Amino acid sequence: MTATMTHAETGGGPEAREKPDGGRRERRPLSWGRVLAWVAMGVITLLTLFPFYWMLRTALSTNTALAQAPASPLPVDFSFGGFLRVFGLQSTEEALAEGGAGGSLDFWRYLANSVLVATLVTVCQMLFASMAAYAFARLRWRGRDAAFGFLLGGLMIPAVFTLLPNFVLIKEAGLVDSLFGITMPMVFMTMPFAVFFLRQFFLGISHEVEEAALIDGAGRVRVFFQLVLPMSTAPIATLSILTYITAWNEYFWPLMVSYSGSSRVLTVALSIFRAQTPQTGTDWAGLMAATFVAALPMVVLFALLAKRIVNSIGFSGIK
Amino acid sequence: MAVIKSASAAPNRRRGDTRVALAFVAPAMLGYLVFLVWPTLRGVYLSFTSFDLLSEEKWTGLDNYRRLVNDPVFWDSLGVTLQYVMINIGVQTVAALLIAVLMHRLTRSTVVRGIVLAPYLVSNVVAGIVWLWILDTQLGVGNEVIEWLGFDRIAFFGDASWAIPTIALVNVWRHVGYTALLIFAGLQSISPTVYEAGRVDGASEWRMFRSITVPLLRPVLSLVLIITVVGSFQVFDTVSVTTDGKPANATNVLQLYVYDLAFDRLQFGYASAISVALMLVLTVITVMQYRLMRAGRSDLG
Repeated sequence: MTATMTHAETGGGPEAREKPDGGRRERRPLSWGRVLAWVAMGVITLLTLFPFYWMLRTALSTNTALAQAPASPLPVDFSFGGFLRVFGLQSTEEALAEGGAGGSLDFWRYLANSVLVATLVTVCQMLFASMAAYAFARLRWRGRDAAFGFLLGGLMIPAVFTLLPNFVLIKEAGLVDSLFGITMPMVFMTMPFAVFFLRQFFLGISHEVEEAALIDGAGRVRVFFQLVLPMSTAPIATLSILTYITAWNEYFWPLMVSYSGSSRVLTVALSIFRAQTPQTGTDWAGLMAATFVAALPMVVLFALLAKRIVNSIGFSGIK
Repeated sequence: MAVIKSASAAPNRRRGDTRVALAFVAPAMLGYLVFLVWPTLRGVYLSFTSFDLLSEEKWTGLDNYRRLVNDPVFWDSLGVTLQYVMINIGVQTVAALLIAVLMHRLTRSTVVRGIVLAPYLVSNVVAGIVWLWILDTQLGVGNEVIEWLGFDRIAFFGDASWAIPTIALVNVWRHVGYTALLIFAGLQSISPTVYEAGRVDGASEWRMFRSITVPLLRPVLSLVLIITVVGSFQVFDTVSVTTDGKPANATNVLQLYVYDLAFDRLQFGYASAISVALMLVLTVITVMQYRLMRAGRSDLG
């Protein structure tokens, strides 16, 4: 990947390097084809970003006023009412007057639940996967290759297939409607891929550093935690981000397991919010405020780490 | 001195290695057994039983599969799912290829790639709800535009013939950027000298796309297709929050039917049988696509 990236940055070939200004433009005149390509790219960008803008525009409108100007590009009768309703900061009367359902929503709690589940899933999966990957990549023990092959078999099982029997299992364990019950299976659902991915990386680390530490009397455990892990922050960060996004967006599994607010995550809360239609029609302003709240943490994460995430997609290949 | 010491310590270390290795592999392996392997076996077993979650399951042999073969709702559901997959994968693959090639030829900007990927960061649930609002029959801005262009408003999610294509396209919106970046990574691995040579020979952009990009990209494309097709067959979230199977059963995709059987009717045995059927379909597709991929490693490479 590093190789392709450096290549990408130098880009234009030898001529461009000789004549940094204009050399490139001369070589590729602004043809109609190129104009057309840029126009296409512009349309794609617009289609991609428009729903995000519309989400915010609607969230900042007064719900009852939306019908007056459905196509207005700016918020209709600007108001924070939608957001207030989402966080239960509006009285029932106010909420009903603005076209809300009046029922109390506790988005802080769902937000906290989502953060907890996604964080636990990511941290546990990374820890267990990197430990296993190290054992498969660097330690010599009997049955290693067979065990690794067995683990890779998990890549063939579609995650969806395990959900129903996993639910039965969680139910038997008495963990239904608990955050623990939601989290546990999610830690392991994509584990085989994580182990495979990290093992590839560990295989590439030079033996010499490790040998030196071992000769100095450090144990394997210490070598792993104090040497190998710190050397592997890049691939672990990459994988963590992808795992975090996946866990944050998971809907089917939490829908099966959570019944009450105590274990409800944002995705499930959103679908419940969407299903409660007040008599006056859907509370679109509130609903868009809620989707915005659910999407915002990922958008912020993305703004901070855009480069890493974008480059990681080609790097990880499959996820 | 150090060399001698390490040599004599080697057998010791190997024994130590085994202990550490077992401790290191144990959490992942245990979780894998409990939450992946065991549920898989149990899912297959449950498909041969009648099980309502409240009482012990009863072995019923092939009853569930006999029922499945004669269940019009199942075949309907399979048909709906196939229709969804065809539209979703068809549009998505073409669009992703187009976006990847455009990015490759026009710009190396991380910002552009970031924008294209943005929808992938929100959940299917968010994507479904936002498009439900944009395409709302009465108040949706999409329908305002359609009316402004002089057409009749369309009940995108309410009309039986529009609902599945609409949901398929909503999911294209969410996933196309991710797919495009996978293809983009494949494009970057094609050496630019090939294109230089093509240009020297006076080949047009279209000619180079057909004779260089497509053949060299085939391995990446096949891999992308396997991932996306398998994912596409498992569609649930977007349907669940937008139409929930309606109108009639027009959007009753397989996973929705499975969920409905298990959680609304407590027929876990029959629901498992349908899951097994879906898994078999996915396995066959994966194997077939792997074959095709190997057969066409790339025409030039």
